Amino acid sequence: MSEKKLQVAALCNGTVIDHLPANRLFKAVRLLGLEDYDGQLTIGNNLESAAMQRKGIIKISDRFLSEEESNKLALIAPLARVNIIRNYEVAEKRELTLPSDISDIVRCPNPKCITNHQPVSTRFHVTDEDGTVMLRCHYCEKQTRREDAELK
Amino acid sequence: MSSLVSISDYTRDEIMEILDRAAEFEKNPNQRTLEGKVVATLFFEPSTRTRLSFETAANRLGARIIGFSDASTSSTSKGETLHDTIQMVSNYADVIVMRHYIEGAARYASEVSRVPIINAGDGANQHPSQTLLDLYSIRKTQGTLNDLTICMAGDLKFGRTVHSLIQAMYYFNPTFRFIAPKELRMPDEYKLFCHRHGIRYEECTELDAHFDDADILYMTRIQKERFLDLDEYERVKDVYSLHLRMLDHSKDTLRILHPLPRVNEIAQDVDQSPKAYYFQQAQNGLYVRQAIISKALGL
Repeated sequence: MSEKKLQVAALCNGTVIDHLPANRLFKAVRLLGLEDYDGQLTIGNNLESAAMQRKGIIKISDRFLSEEESNKLALIAPLARVNIIRNYEVAEKRELTLPSDISDIVRCPNPKCITNHQPVSTRFHVTDEDGTVMLRCHYCEKQTRREDAELK
Repeated sequence: MSSLVSISDYTRDEIMEILDRAAEFEKNPNQRTLEGKVVATLFFEPSTRTRLSFETAANRLGARIIGFSDASTSSTSKGETLHDTIQMVSNYADVIVMRHYIEGAARYASEVSRVPIINAGDGANQHPSQTLLDLYSIRKTQGTLNDLTICMAGDLKFGRTVHSLIQAMYYFNPTFRFIAPKELRMPDEYKLFCHRHGIRYEECTELDAHFDDADILYMTRIQKERFLDLDEYERVKDVYSLHLRMLDHSKDTLRILHPLPRVNEIAQDVDQSPKAYYFQQAQNGLYVRQAIISKALGL
């Protein structure tokens, strides 16, 4: 009996996002706007991992995530790893840092916030307070914990 | 552009500048410094007290007023966006004083307006002119803002004015005592703020005999509608009510503040005490608002 294994082809040029928590994979796909990406995309979820029990992985061919885009990931998966691949080699290993400001991607949970009543894009100021990452709405000034942030 | 949306928009120096100017206006509130200027008061949510205070402030300095006092009589009722309303009024006025029931409305307005915005209250968020008049009242009665013991009593959970005052006082090394029923105690966010900035505070649930060391007693109204358990409300509503006899052992220099309107949380008999300052506090609002409007106009 031959063993069939899923072969995830090595990437020639592009971006590999590894060590995504399994429950964050699809959020990451949405966050990075990959649903509309028309290049080759490989997505794996619930894969075995030494570092974490189950992980997700995204391989994006022929697209190099900017630092700004990678840092958006820090919002939902701070321990994810982003590798930029050029010519089959890891050209850059990127550590994620939380941006200080996040525009448009997170919803404000305050029903009385102007962003939930008028055509106004959301904006949050990100702070790390003794290890707890908080998002403060630029408009209504209410704070949300990073874990509770809802994507739009 | 010098809008005032949140108390945190002002630096410590700017706060002191406003307080100093307000003191000047108190000596001389009737001037013509704003002659030729138009102040728009856009009150999407009614608030007669605040609106009259701002309008008087502008009037006594020679400015003219336009505006509305209720969103239902404005183009908002036709579905006009806040953005468009602000654009339109920017055509007519030199400064906009705005009160809105939606949080963040003033911040957004300040980003789309061509003229400065003064926030007269946005939902449960900010009411910076109230905070500044509270600071003015504290400084005037205590001679300083530094190193004071401030007790805050009543609804500390939903009390916009107490939250804002804590944040504004952080420059001045205060010591706080938070006096509230369990249901309405100070939210963690503000206790963390104190902790992070090295501000001493304590909490208790009793008012009587718990403010004898205070320089300022800031009273707030406990509203029945904030309670999930009405029996609990009935139990606590009189515990946080201030009576004249409770002032017997308080400092001579104690002053009692309240953002008003007061209902039964300060008994009428307190009014006769020289420590009752809440009506003068409201009067101070006039001078502080004159300073705020003048600063916004760069005058």
